[in-house]
Amino acid sequence: MRDGPLTRWEHSQQRSHTVVDVPRIPRLRTRQTLTALLVVAVGSAGLVWLNTGDDPPPVSTRDAFVDLLSGPARDEPVKIDTTLYLPERTPAPAVLVAHGFGGSKESVESDARELAQRGFVALAWSARGFGRSAGRISLNSPDYEVADAAGLVDWLAKQPEVVQDGPNDPKVGVTGGSYGGALSLLLAGTDKRVDALAPLITYNDLGQALLPNSAGSQAPGASPAANAFGADGVFKRSWAGIFFAAGMGAAGLANPTTDATEPGTRENANTGAVAGAAPAGVPGGGRPAETADPCGRFTEAVCRAYAQVATTGRADQQTVELLRSVSPVSVTDKITQPTMLVQGEQDTLFGLDQSDATARQISAAGAPVKVVWYTGGHDGGRPGPELRGQIADWFDFHLRGQGEDPGTGFEYAVRGALRAQGSPSVRTVTAAAYPGLTGGQATERRPVAVTGDEQTVVNPPGGNPASISGMPGLGAVISGSSQLAGRVAIDLPGQSARFVSAPMTGQLLIAGATTATLRVSTVGGAPAPDGVVLFAKLYDLGPDGVRTLPGSAVSAFRVTGLPADGSPAEITVSLPGIVRPIEADHRIELVVSTTDQSYATPAQPATYRVSVAPGTSLSVPVVPGTRSSSAPPAGPLIGIAVVLGLCALAAVWGFVRRRRADDVDPDLADVPMVIENLSKSYPGGLKAVDSLSFRVERGQVLGLLGPNGAGKTTTLRMLMGLIQPTEGHIRVFGHRIHSGAPVLSRIGSFVEGAGFLPHLSGRANLELYWAATGRPLERAHFTEALEIAGLGAAVDRKVRTYSQGMRQRLAIAQAMLGFPDLMVLDEPTNGLDPPQIHQMRDVLRRYASTGRTVVVSSHLLAEVEQTCDSVVVMHRGKLVASGAVEDIVAGGGEATFRVDDPETAAEALRGVTGVHGVTIEGDLVHANLDGTPRSTALTVLVRAGVAVEQAGPRRRLEDAFLQLVGEEAAP
Amino acid sequence: MSKSSARQSENGHKASDTVRVGESVSTVHTDPAAIDEMAVAASRESTAFEPDGSVAGFRPGRTLPVRVELVRQLRRRRTQLLLGFLVLLPFILWGAFEFGADTSGRRSGGFVDLATASAPNFVVFVLFAAGSFLLPMIVALFFGDTIASEASWSSLKYLLAMPVPRQRLLRQKAIASGLLSVFALALLPAVALLVGVVFYGSGEAVSPTGDAIAFSDSLVAMLFAVVYISVNLLWVAGLAVFLSVSTDAPLGAVGGTVLVAILSQILDQITALGGLRDYLPTHFGFAWSDLIATDIDWANMTRGAFSAITYAAIFGLLAARRFRTKDITS
Repeated sequence: MRDGPLTRWEHSQQRSHTVVDVPRIPRLRTRQTLTALLVVAVGSAGLVWLNTGDDPPPVSTRDAFVDLLSGPARDEPVKIDTTLYLPERTPAPAVLVAHGFGGSKESVESDARELAQRGFVALAWSARGFGRSAGRISLNSPDYEVADAAGLVDWLAKQPEVVQDGPNDPKVGVTGGSYGGALSLLLAGTDKRVDALAPLITYNDLGQALLPNSAGSQAPGASPAANAFGADGVFKRSWAGIFFAAGMGAAGLANPTTDATEPGTRENANTGAVAGAAPAGVPGGGRPAETADPCGRFTEAVCRAYAQVATTGRADQQTVELLRSVSPVSVTDKITQPTMLVQGEQDTLFGLDQSDATARQISAAGAPVKVVWYTGGHDGGRPGPELRGQIADWFDFHLRGQGEDPGTGFEYAVRGALRAQGSPSVRTVTAAAYPGLTGGQATERRPVAVTGDEQTVVNPPGGNPASISGMPGLGAVISGSSQLAGRVAIDLPGQSARFVSAPMTGQLLIAGATTATLRVSTVGGAPAPDGVVLFAKLYDLGPDGVRTLPGSAVSAFRVTGLPADGSPAEITVSLPGIVRPIEADHRIELVVSTTDQSYATPAQPATYRVSVAPGTSLSVPVVPGTRSSSAPPAGPLIGIAVVLGLCALAAVWGFVRRRRADDVDPDLADVPMVIENLSKSYPGGLKAVDSLSFRVERGQVLGLLGPNGAGKTTTLRMLMGLIQPTEGHIRVFGHRIHSGAPVLSRIGSFVEGAGFLPHLSGRANLELYWAATGRPLERAHFTEALEIAGLGAAVDRKVRTYSQGMRQRLAIAQAMLGFPDLMVLDEPTNGLDPPQIHQMRDVLRRYASTGRTVVVSSHLLAEVEQTCDSVVVMHRGKLVASGAVEDIVAGGGEATFRVDDPETAAEALRGVTGVHGVTIEGDLVHANLDGTPRSTALTVLVRAGVAVEQAGPRRRLEDAFLQLVGEEAAP
Repeated sequence: MSKSSARQSENGHKASDTVRVGESVSTVHTDPAAIDEMAVAASRESTAFEPDGSVAGFRPGRTLPVRVELVRQLRRRRTQLLLGFLVLLPFILWGAFEFGADTSGRRSGGFVDLATASAPNFVVFVLFAAGSFLLPMIVALFFGDTIASEASWSSLKYLLAMPVPRQRLLRQKAIASGLLSVFALALLPAVALLVGVVFYGSGEAVSPTGDAIAFSDSLVAMLFAVVYISVNLLWVAGLAVFLSVSTDAPLGAVGGTVLVAILSQILDQITALGGLRDYLPTHFGFAWSDLIATDIDWANMTRGAFSAITYAAIFGLLAARRFRTKDITS
């Protein structure tokens, strides 16, 4: 039981209460520190364990080749490679996860697994022509890829793990990025069994994506990123090539592999390198080219169309029709399922205008649409974990009715133009609805005037050299580095016209596609047979001249039918859909150039005049966020209230404790000090004061005498309430002393060294000391006290320049301020020179003569003897003697002689009548003269031939005292 | 020989007594007439006292007024130097940007650009730069030093023997330190704002996420930021006071507190700790940056305030408990 936890606890409690003085620092501290560290270590280990405890739920998979019948007559068999990801609990709703172009079921493995962890049955498959699936790629043809997907829905209807809506109607959602996203839309439009969909970074019209024409005769739609989607577009040859190559087996660049930056994530300098490394591998499960067939695994129709466009740079009617038939635009008017459209802001392949069109079309069909623009895209990375979670939430709500309604709002991520190192650089703006949808409000557009004269631009022969806007497929590499993003753009002089706005007065947050009205005319005769091909870009021009092309995006447009006489045509151009805060002092720069590396441009040289149509401005879309009146979370607020309440309780409790009845003994009201049975012991058994009792009467100068370590200072500290007695008590004027006892105000003290603020003068110290007592100024008696200190001019010097004696005197003056009824001085003459000591005695005696009381401690007998009228002698904490000084000092008629021959002297003294008790002690001879005058005894000694060096009263006290000190010296 | 003389020399008293005593004989002495005057004045002074035993005119509730404590602290060189430094710091940073601009050349979109975009941004930058170390250190200095330095000067016992009730002493000192801290915390952004307005103009405040708020709104945001920082640093105050009553070495109290703040920030860097980092007292130290937004998210600031107040309450109560029973020996 000795070492039981409770005993030990009590022990340590006791210690902490009596932590005092010198032995405090070692041992105890380390022990407490160790305990604290142990508690912290165990606590955090527990928390870590708890935290790591929630492993993701297990997911099981099932691979299968599914035989499906597709084709216009549903009679063409095809083998589709599938993997079914099963959640912990089944049956559950299913989600089809379609992969991007050039990928396979392996490339969506992590997405499918995540969905399964969220509790969905996820089905990943390799689309026909990809991975180990059979068939040829027909670019999401309704008869093939879409029919395949519908076949998979049939298959899901037969799986026992999938929740069914009805016979042959599973509860199913569909998602996928890029090529897979388009499939999601096409499937939802053709198969009503799909209950919800979340297409990511995909196209509305493949024709417009690969052959865009952003020019129209009037401003396009009311939505923020609307594009004119004019016919006869400009061929986006670099992306188209990458796409075609991906179908041939060279996967990689076509789909983003790294996560896009999300709000709260930190911009990592390494992401660029990671993104750069990714395309080199084959994440999409690309397959080696197996034959010399120039069409690879594409169908004849697709192959022909690509060849036609790639060689001529223009799409013929057949190609346009093909592309349209395989695009979601062909079915969007039939989509009624809840749709979450996710599009990337870093996407030169399928820009924001594509999802904008899809949103408008689906909304017009009556489906609820939520639109999210995130920082990634084909150039910027796939959706990050937060956005993927949002997609899972979408299915959770729409397939299972679980969770909060994600609503039909609009969210877009804003990447800050300015970066503070390591701080989040992306935020999300939320609006209640995507503007410009059916029944909704149109997008707010702000006019921004740009200035610039009419400029002449030249299309070089062969379209070379060409301006550079971005690096298709490599955009992610570049956007990973904040230094490079949007800065690689190059406009060649002579090929580009520039129009600049005035510096912004405040931030302008562009969210969508700005439109500009341009005037274009030909120079030098007939217009080119291919029409005028131009590229429009919107730069953010910093005050220091740095130009940034947001999203590396460019709008290509073709103007046909320009008059040969050089008269201008006015056209409205939709600039690329971007999200970009244009900061104050930055300008917007509109650049119109004749070439772009990523596009097929006319080979014939030509010259045009370009200007901004007079009286028109850029029309910049802005989508203000709704103030989500996010009240502070209730939990912490309640917590704050509770903590403050507890503090108030603690304060009240402390107050009540202090209010405990003052312990007064009215009989002692006139006695300056009574000490009864006072003990103070320190941990380790050292008793500094042991059962001390004595009493001081009014008007006395009491000396507390004892060698160093006798417990004098400890006693005085207890008298001042600085330390708590272990036993017994002290009463001053009848009031029991405790820390802060009001009666302490009647005591003036100087205990163990002066305590002054070294940076203040002596006078300022005393004045501030008195001010701190809160007592009336006129009762301080500074003048008298300072005169006693007698510091002269030094009183206005800083205390740190004082000698110890000066501090001592100042401290005594401080103790004397207000003339306390009891003045306690600990070793007051330390550091004083003899004349000062003499004066000090005088001061103390005179002070006591005013009816006040003085207690002086000293280790010097002479000191006490000369100053005090009563004395208390202490040794090792105990009272040795007490009484009037003269009683103790000069005990009776005894005398002491210091002689050269003690034996003879003793003999001689013994011969004197009346003298008795003669003793020898070294060269001292003590004798009780008993009435015989000392001079007589002296004469006797001299006559006996003894040389007397010294003669005086015997000092018993000194004997005792020296003995004590001697013991100290030789323990 | 005695403990007291040893203590005196510890306190930086360098003057040699033997030299000083010779000098003091001529300058330091008590005029015998002064003793008479003292005796006369003392015998005239009343010795009346109150029922609670205190001398007439003494009220425990009037001891150590905040005003007096402020004077005691404000006349210290370290307080003056610190406040002076806070005034100087924005100018130093401005100078650094001016000097640095010549060498770096291209700086658009960088750290510097954010700071020099406008006056409010400069203030935000200064608060960011000072937030991790300087601001906690200021609070640690004012609170950690307050009791421990009195102990090291040996003046604590005279305050307690006055008597200033212990809890009152702790409270008054905490109030004074709090006022000084808040003043210092407000002084820095105020000077930074002034420097910013003069050199960078009163433009919009732009957050790292590209959000922009008007100058007038940003002034309110900065005011709230100072309020939040003051609340968030309460934990520093609590810990510093606790260490201050636990040790007689001011450096130990201040240094110990700063050390804990640094440790907490280092741990906060370890993302593997995940949600555990929410329990670190410095975790929400920069939540005030949420104020630089059109749509202010109060969640983190509320959590930060809760965390800080809880830590402050724990340390504060520990400090009060320890100081109540502590034996004062210095």
